[in-house]
Amino acid sequence: MTQTMIEVHKVAKRFGNNVVLKQVSLRLPAGQIMGLIGPSGAGKTTLVKAIMGMERVDAGETTVLNTAMPNRQIMQKIGYMAQSDALYETLTARENLHFFGELMGVHGAQLTAAITHVAAVVNLTDELSRRVRAYSGGMKRRLSLAIALIADPALLILDEPTVGIDPELRQQIWAELRRLKQQGKAILVTTHVMDEAERCDELMLIREGIALAQGTPAELKRAYAVDTIEQVFLKAGRLQDEN
Amino acid sequence: MRIRAIVHRVLREMLRDKRTLALMFLAPLFILTLMFFLFEDSSTSVAKIGVSHVNTNLVKTLKTKHTEIATFKQTSGATAKIRNHRLAAFISQKNGKLTVTYANSQPGDTTIVKQTLQGAVTKLKVQRLVAATKAQKQALTQQSRQLKALVAQQAAAQGQSTPTTAKKKAAPSVAKAPSYAVTSHYLYGSSSSTFFDTFLPVLLGFFVFFFVFLISGISLLNERTTGTLTRLLATPVRRGEIITGYLIGYGIFAVIQTLITVTFALTVFNIHMLGSVWVILLINFLLAMVALSMGIFISTFANSEFQMVQFIPIVIVPQVFFSGIISVTAMPDWLQWIAHIFPLYYGGEALMNVATRGDSLGAVSGDLWLLLLFAVAFTALNVVGLKRYRRV
Repeated sequence: MTQTMIEVHKVAKRFGNNVVLKQVSLRLPAGQIMGLIGPSGAGKTTLVKAIMGMERVDAGETTVLNTAMPNRQIMQKIGYMAQSDALYETLTARENLHFFGELMGVHGAQLTAAITHVAAVVNLTDELSRRVRAYSGGMKRRLSLAIALIADPALLILDEPTVGIDPELRQQIWAELRRLKQQGKAILVTTHVMDEAERCDELMLIREGIALAQGTPAELKRAYAVDTIEQVFLKAGRLQDEN
Repeated sequence: MRIRAIVHRVLREMLRDKRTLALMFLAPLFILTLMFFLFEDSSTSVAKIGVSHVNTNLVKTLKTKHTEIATFKQTSGATAKIRNHRLAAFISQKNGKLTVTYANSQPGDTTIVKQTLQGAVTKLKVQRLVAATKAQKQALTQQSRQLKALVAQQAAAQGQSTPTTAKKKAAPSVAKAPSYAVTSHYLYGSSSSTFFDTFLPVLLGFFVFFFVFLISGISLLNERTTGTLTRLLATPVRRGEIITGYLIGYGIFAVIQTLITVTFALTVFNIHMLGSVWVILLINFLLAMVALSMGIFISTFANSEFQMVQFIPIVIVPQVFFSGIISVTAMPDWLQWIAHIFPLYYGGEALMNVATRGDSLGAVSGDLWLLLLFAVAFTALNVVGLKRYRRV
């Protein structure tokens, strides 16, 4: 059995009276892409932050690489891409990559090589010397992804990585994610683009803080007796509302 | 290594933001220059005094380079005269009794008139006293002459044993009254010192405090609102490393700002400091550190730049009152206690003592330790405060 990268066990979280996560459990082994799908406000980002140890949970526990979170050292092994682009706009793309690279513990020639590599992956090589302020939304998204990849982490946690990115580049990014997966890395992606969901090895449907269903895309389609993940999603939602 | 990366980034960001740089480095110089001219020469103002039936000698002495005299025939209607002729005061006399009405719309003018009038009255009194003493002296000399004549007559009648004693008794009464001449020396500044000269050291400290507070607070607020702080905490960086990086990064700018402001004050305004300039710089540096850590701390409670600016009246303005511009020792006891919770109270006190009394580093060390304590306390609070974003 492959190494477990993420283990979430019965995590619950509420903000005031608003229940955001309810007894959510998941397991992500190495070499797999798991997709968290659900409407906005379903609790995806909260779950991601709970896994990162950046959000306090009310119950349950999360472990990353067999280490209970929160743990500062483990952060070094996680490539994180937040839902909103958190970039230093007065700095150039290269300076942003350099800064986050150093914080992740990559230095010197190794960092320079890593910057060249990740810039090529997200197709920003020619724009590296431009200030981020002048970037378009899609370019910022790509730079955020490049930052997540900078330290060549064993685990990638990407919160809505392809929002605002054109279809061609999206293909390219997914090709890169598949390549990383083949290297034995684990990837956790949140999305609400259904065709992206189809590309995941494992899916988890979240709605109103509850994990509605979990399984491979094919398993889910079979279980709900539908043809597309979108239909799975709609059907699961309807069933939830009925109960 | 990570601290260095943060410092590097802070410096780079600041250097790219030309307007903030200008605000930090040039604004204090601009305000200081403005204040210099504002307070420079209060002696140029002239108060216009209206007089009516006032002793001519008094009027003569009232006339100085700070006053202008307008004579009126009627003693009544002081209010109307002040209004119509824009007088600072109106003085009328009736049987040796002076009645003064002040416009008091400019407290400075009122003070000038009060002082001039008091001076004139005193001068006249002294003159009268001198005249009276002279008359007395004359009378006494006459008396003693008569006495001598009398004694001579008696001696002629009774023999020669008594005249010496009579002479001795008469002598002390003609002794001359001593006259006092005042020569003034100034420890700090000179006779031409203005409000500005005296409070310049405190102003320096205040500017350092204010600008560092504002810039560090708003910078960290930006990190919070743009999400970069959260992003930063998704790396293995320690919370302490982030705060230290900030302290060093903005600290460098605070030091440069202090150097520019102090050098400017010393060279352009030609202010002379009794104490060491290095101690002045050290105090300002500590104030900057307190401002830095306080700005970062306060930014926790703001959700936007606008809210950050709202903290100025609450956090900065009261500190000005207790910085020494208004004498703290003259305040009621309970206010003096409140003064002790403000960092600028200790900073202002230390700056004043070094600049105007020539206190050494040792003499102000108490204040410096307290400033350091403020900085350390706020830094610790900041490190703990970041737990809001990441629990470890």
